Amino acid sequence: MGLTMVEKIMLDHTDRDTIKPGQIINCRIDMVLGNDVTTPVAIAEFKKTGLEKVFNSERVIIVLDHFTPNKDIKSAMQNKLTREFAREQGIKYFYEEGEMGIEHCLLPEKGLALPGEIVLGADSHTCTYGALGALGTGGGSTDMAAAMATGENWFKVPETLRFIFNGKRSKWVGGKDLILYILGDIGVDGALYKSMEFAGNVISELPMDDRLTMSNMAVEAGGMCGLIAPDEITKEYLAGRAIRDYTVYDSDPDADFEKVYEYNTDEIEPQVAFPHLPDNVKPISEAKGIKIDQSVIGSCTNGRMGDLRIAAEIMKNKKVAKGVRCIVIPGTQAIYKQAMQEGLIDIFIDAGAVVSTPTCGPCLGGYMGILADGEKSISTTNRNFVGRMGHTGSEVYLSNPAVAAASAVKGKIAHPEEVL
Amino acid sequence: MKLEGKVFKYGDNIDTDVIIPARYLNISDVEELASHCMEDIDKTFIERVEPGDIIVGGKNFGTGSSREHAPLAIKTAGISCVIAENYARIFYRNSVNIGLPILECPEAVAGIEDGARLEVDLNNGEIIDISSGKTYQAEPFPPFVLEIFKAGGLIAQIKERIKNNV
Repeated sequence: MGLTMVEKIMLDHTDRDTIKPGQIINCRIDMVLGNDVTTPVAIAEFKKTGLEKVFNSERVIIVLDHFTPNKDIKSAMQNKLTREFAREQGIKYFYEEGEMGIEHCLLPEKGLALPGEIVLGADSHTCTYGALGALGTGGGSTDMAAAMATGENWFKVPETLRFIFNGKRSKWVGGKDLILYILGDIGVDGALYKSMEFAGNVISELPMDDRLTMSNMAVEAGGMCGLIAPDEITKEYLAGRAIRDYTVYDSDPDADFEKVYEYNTDEIEPQVAFPHLPDNVKPISEAKGIKIDQSVIGSCTNGRMGDLRIAAEIMKNKKVAKGVRCIVIPGTQAIYKQAMQEGLIDIFIDAGAVVSTPTCGPCLGGYMGILADGEKSISTTNRNFVGRMGHTGSEVYLSNPAVAAASAVKGKIAHPEEVL
Repeated sequence: MKLEGKVFKYGDNIDTDVIIPARYLNISDVEELASHCMEDIDKTFIERVEPGDIIVGGKNFGTGSSREHAPLAIKTAGISCVIAENYARIFYRNSVNIGLPILECPEAVAGIEDGARLEVDLNNGEIIDISSGKTYQAEPFPPFVLEIFKAGGLIAQIKERIKNNV
């Protein structure tokens, strides 16, 4: 019997000879990640071990992004503590204002998430790196502390679910729509504790930015990770970025998949997740016309160049509807700069949108676009739980960036073709 | 170890944003975090909760963010144990790592009512509903996980390993 991708990567990080789903094992960690919300708690836990130094200061990544630049005094105090820890420990990959970006946009861009490696992040969307063939997986602050102390952590070997997309993909259907489509099918617990694998001709042709979007939301289905086998697109993306050599794994044809889902994309339209769960998904044709107060384009899900380009294509020479706040957030400084050079920032500002420095801000109701009671936002982010973006009486609709841009122009949820 | 308390019953997919909203994630003090526990779904929870009480949730309890602040807030609020059909993966890890007992038992979730008094034996996973007289059997912890609980959490276990140089 062959092995799945996740089994191969995990096995490669142990001294074991065999591996099978259900086992709980310790694995070596290649990269440990934390952000400004989870790292302060991890620092306190790390200190309880009595150790002076982290296991390897070149294997710890800390990115201040959720409430950074400091949103208030409490965040400033937390960030101060994290900044001091990072300096004192000599953390090589520490990113603060000026260099920071949204962590899951930043790590791939810097070549810090590599195929075949295990990245354990104290952030649920660490599964984003599955798009690069890395076992990126989320944990908590104690997980981060344990990995900083020992360079390893415990994992349950997951079963694997394989999702195959074949067919033609419409221009307005991106990685976001494919993952929302899966969520609509299997639900928010459809991949609980499992490894998700994405394959098929549509995935083979999918640009890296869209792949990152798909893997990013594996956790919304309960998945441990969302893996895509590295190919030429992966290698091209990593050329000149990867900080070290990497190992490429793919599932064996005779591997034991718990279930294989096959989808034909010919008829798939842009998808919208209605409040208050990411699996409450409907095609755009059933969402059109819902009046919105805000449109957010950005986040670790959709804050990359491909996302900004398609949003700008729709907003070019258009105006954001009166009464709608459109907030555009490039994921990293490099993306911000590239968008400026391509004239995209001009397009957004001319349309009447707000363009922000990179931050997770509004996605989790932190700052930079909080909703009032009764307000509705379309958003390219990843969660639409009760109160996620502000007041418990507000509503979040999740979509791809083209739909979010078209909706900003129309003032109501709209298909991109209604605007062009 | 035996626990006893009254039940706060909630539904499926209780997410970490309602357990502890992100607007409080700029706080590290656990007592302050706990004072906001569950407020977006049950404003009276924190006034009514007493040490030893038990949360009963449906399926996929703790879905969403990685914030350890969620199980920390529940534990600090005085909750002695959570019973659910099953848990979101990271919430499960976090609870094990910080030593918050969490049990999986769909039958108990179906049978137990809000406000009931329970007795829970963590050693064998037996749940007794004192109010109705019914008993339920939860899934036992895998040995690996039980070891972490017994040590008092993952950091305590690591500390022990460092001390014993293994």
